[in-house]
Amino acid sequence: MSDDRWLDEDAGPIFRPYTVTRGRTRLRDDSLNLISLLEATGLPVPRRTRLDPEHRRVLAVCAEPITFADLSSEIDLPVGVVRVIVDDLREENLLRVLRPTPTGDVPDELVLRKLLHGLRAL
Amino acid sequence: MDYAHSDTAVHEPAARRRGGGQPIAAKILVAGGFGVGKTTMVGSISEIRPLRTEELLSDRSAGVDDTTGVSGKTSTTVAMDFGRITMGDGLILYLFGTPGQQRFWFMWDELALGAVGAVVLADVRRLADSFAAIDYFEDRGTPFMVAVNCFDGAERKDPADVRIALDLDADVPLVMCDVRSRDSAKEVLISMVEHVLARTAAARR
Ligand SMILES: Nc1nc2c(ncn2[C@@H]2O[C@H](COP(=O)(O)OP(=O)(O)OP(=O)(O)O)[C@@H](O)[C@H]2O)c(=O)[nH]1
Ligand SMILES: [Mg+2]
Repeated sequence: MSDDRWLDEDAGPIFRPYTVTRGRTRLRDDSLNLISLLEATGLPVPRRTRLDPEHRRVLAVCAEPITFADLSSEIDLPVGVVRVIVDDLREENLLRVLRPTPTGDVPDELVLRKLLHGLRAL
Repeated sequence: MDYAHSDTAVHEPAARRRGGGQPIAAKILVAGGFGVGKTTMVGSISEIRPLRTEELLSDRSAGVDDTTGVSGKTSTTVAMDFGRITMGDGLILYLFGTPGQQRFWFMWDELALGAVGAVVLADVRRLADSFAAIDYFEDRGTPFMVAVNCFDGAERKDPADVRIALDLDADVPLVMCDVRSRDSAKEVLISMVEHVLARTAAARR
């Protein structure tokens, strides 16, 4: 991660999503699914860390739990770019994944029943 | 990655959004060939939202890209159909409409993870266009169904014949639909969930 980030000894890490994305378009963390729920931790931004506007916007939108898909839609940046921003923020403990989607698992029966009920009521 | 934070967070009553409790998110994929009605279906049943994803071009651009240079890998943005249905109980169903062409399969890999299932939309006049999607979900073991979108002027086909033409296993649901109709799109989604519930029940036995 640190090799992808432009580092300044005094200022600390500076995030630049467009620059950062180029080198890592692959998934770095498979637990982040489009329907994973994200939430800001509310922890203070480390003094050495400077956040750019996109990172700040993501943090603000994640003040309340929101799915990665809704976040990307709201921020209006491509999913891959938002993924990098989310990874950066998670690394700084500013953002956390509330419900990492179990890989390959379909939702449990209770969720499916609720879903069926909800669809029928539409 | 340190997961301590995520694990404890699950039990925190963090969300105030929908009257307390975190939302529960589920997703269903809408796949199928070109122009088969994916966007129409997502739009008739859900609130459509903009969502962009990127397609990497470097592999296909015949070596003209210098991937070591400042420009990095070339990618282009693709709009994905993205719909949301908010239900009671904090449950949100997301629909992702994904292009059927093989070059988009990289998107499906991620989308299929943790999905309820996939609806493969088919056009009776061009059934072969849905082979790729059917093969993909069969190979992957993702629960799926086939919904035949009945376009105007298309010859009415016997579902049994369509099933044979698509070489579908007996337990894969096949329904006829008109995705311009909200009720029809809703019936498709209900069939999808019923199918997965039946599978879950069968697996428990
Ligand atoms: N008559 C009729 N037209 C339909 C039906 N479903 C979709 N259409 C029309 O068919 C065209 C293609 O539908 P789309 O929903 O854009 O299909 P798509 O699968 O999203 O297409 P691509 O994203 O281009 O692959 C549109 O002009 C729709 O209005 C249907 O059930 N009956
Ligand atoms: Mg479309």
